Amino acid sequence: MTSHPPPPSPVRIAAGQGFWGDWLEAPYRQVTGGPVDYLMMDYLAEVTMSILQKQKSRDPALGYAKDFIPLMERILPILVERRIKVTANAGGVNPRACAAAVAETARTLGLRGKLKIGVVTGDDLLERLDGLLARGHDLRNLDTGRPLRDVRDRVLSANAYLGAWPLVDALRKGADVVITGRVTDTGLTLAPLIHACGWQPDSWDLLAAGTVAGHIIECGAQASGGNCLVDWERIPDLANVGYPIVEARPDGTFDIVKHARTGGRISVAGVTEQLVYEMGDPREYITPDCVADFTTIDLRQMGKDRVRVSGVRGRPATDKLKVSVAYFYGYKAVGTLVYAWPDALKKAQAADRILRQRLEDLGLAFESIHTEFVGVNATHGRLALDDSDAAQAPEVQLRVGVRSREQGPVERFTREIAPLILNGPPSVTGFAGGRPKPEEIVAYWPALIDKRMVEPCVERVDV
Amino acid sequence: MRRAGGRLKRRVRLVELAHARSGDKGDTANIGLIARRPADYPILVKQVTAARVARHFKGMITGKVERFELPNLHALNFLLHGALDGGGTISLKTDAQGKVFSTALLRMAIEAPR
Repeated sequence: MTSHPPPPSPVRIAAGQGFWGDWLEAPYRQVTGGPVDYLMMDYLAEVTMSILQKQKSRDPALGYAKDFIPLMERILPILVERRIKVTANAGGVNPRACAAAVAETARTLGLRGKLKIGVVTGDDLLERLDGLLARGHDLRNLDTGRPLRDVRDRVLSANAYLGAWPLVDALRKGADVVITGRVTDTGLTLAPLIHACGWQPDSWDLLAAGTVAGHIIECGAQASGGNCLVDWERIPDLANVGYPIVEARPDGTFDIVKHARTGGRISVAGVTEQLVYEMGDPREYITPDCVADFTTIDLRQMGKDRVRVSGVRGRPATDKLKVSVAYFYGYKAVGTLVYAWPDALKKAQAADRILRQRLEDLGLAFESIHTEFVGVNATHGRLALDDSDAAQAPEVQLRVGVRSREQGPVERFTREIAPLILNGPPSVTGFAGGRPKPEEIVAYWPALIDKRMVEPCVERVDV
Repeated sequence: MRRAGGRLKRRVRLVELAHARSGDKGDTANIGLIARRPADYPILVKQVTAARVARHFKGMITGKVERFELPNLHALNFLLHGALDGGGTISLKTDAQGKVFSTALLRMAIEAPR
């Protein structure tokens, strides 16, 4: 087999955040540790939008990932000096306010005239929901088939997942930093690739390749040695783990690499683990931009910390967009107590029986009561109980959770844990945290909508 | 140790031949199971069937098990429906997002060549 040498300067897209709350040092190290062209940062989990919607309803200037602003304050001078562009869905439900805050920060840093911000909106359907339902868009739950009107009065946020093309538009308009609301994780990586490589809207194989690249780096260090089972004890220097970088060529082949002098490991095993993460039917990885076929991906170790990805095939995009709706569901609380040897498990089991009887005697109705014995069966259920030496465990944590549509029973449950310390089975501790707090449950409602119903909007803000 | 099909076999835990990563989509957990050595992939295909995985997790999941093959990655992908007590924010489980469901699969006993 002959291979052509890659062109001298492939486009390099660095992953900076795999989720809101990821390592704050990662983006800084990505833009200072070696050459990169783009920094990609993913902030939005499925229920994040509802939290941000709540913040925006209290203050119309909020509703975006606030952590993004101090991060940008730290790296903006470097971005401008090294001409590194940013794609981030940190805008949440208020990308314009996020862009205004970044612009203000840039001016404070003396970067007036040196930075252009692109803003992508149009994903937010909350205000349009009743109109859409009235026009026959049922937004049926993809898992249950129920129409959205069943929970309409409890809806907190509704956002369509936009794809890469609105970001491409922003980059073409000269944006250095592209701030979006709900955009697919993969779109944040695919957009710079389309822009830099000149890919066409119907180059399905190339768009699929860029989508696979995005999937590999969208969870940050999970592709570069973090959370990897294979030889995990020999993965070097995770304290200084290097986040993954896509080094792509216009023909759609790309390498996953990381900066020199960083920890972690880029291996076929680790990249494969990330490829199958949150995977459905591998032949149909559906995004707004294309349908990628993960059974066509070829992985090859090209040297230390370098994995080449090639062969990716794709098919035309569907005429639908995914919509993520968040709605108020009810309440839950979790209480824990720790029981010590001897008979730690038996004591915890007895406490669970007593607790359940008391809840029943109080006439409290729950949608679910869930008991786990942490250290024995919390993660592996009966599979672990069968063959572990549970009877001799030095300690077992009793963990009981309850869920209800009503607040009252959950509130009452939280007062039934502490009494067990003095009026239940012996050798119990671990209640320093105090009474558990009832939590509001915001649930997630996945649906599809006709693409034509959603119009992305791209603006440019000059600093 | 026993003789099956004329070849010596040994009974091992799946973790010796495979590694895995899992995640969630609503109330469905996915487990990507990957052969540690490409040569062992056919063993996974043959023995770690959807039916076998459904039996392995009997009583722990409420829905069906689907299996997809990725021969290019020497991997199988399983969808375990009704595995997460409602999933995401609704679930009361420690592992509400199925992050370590994969390791429970790796406990499965399979037969490997000696």
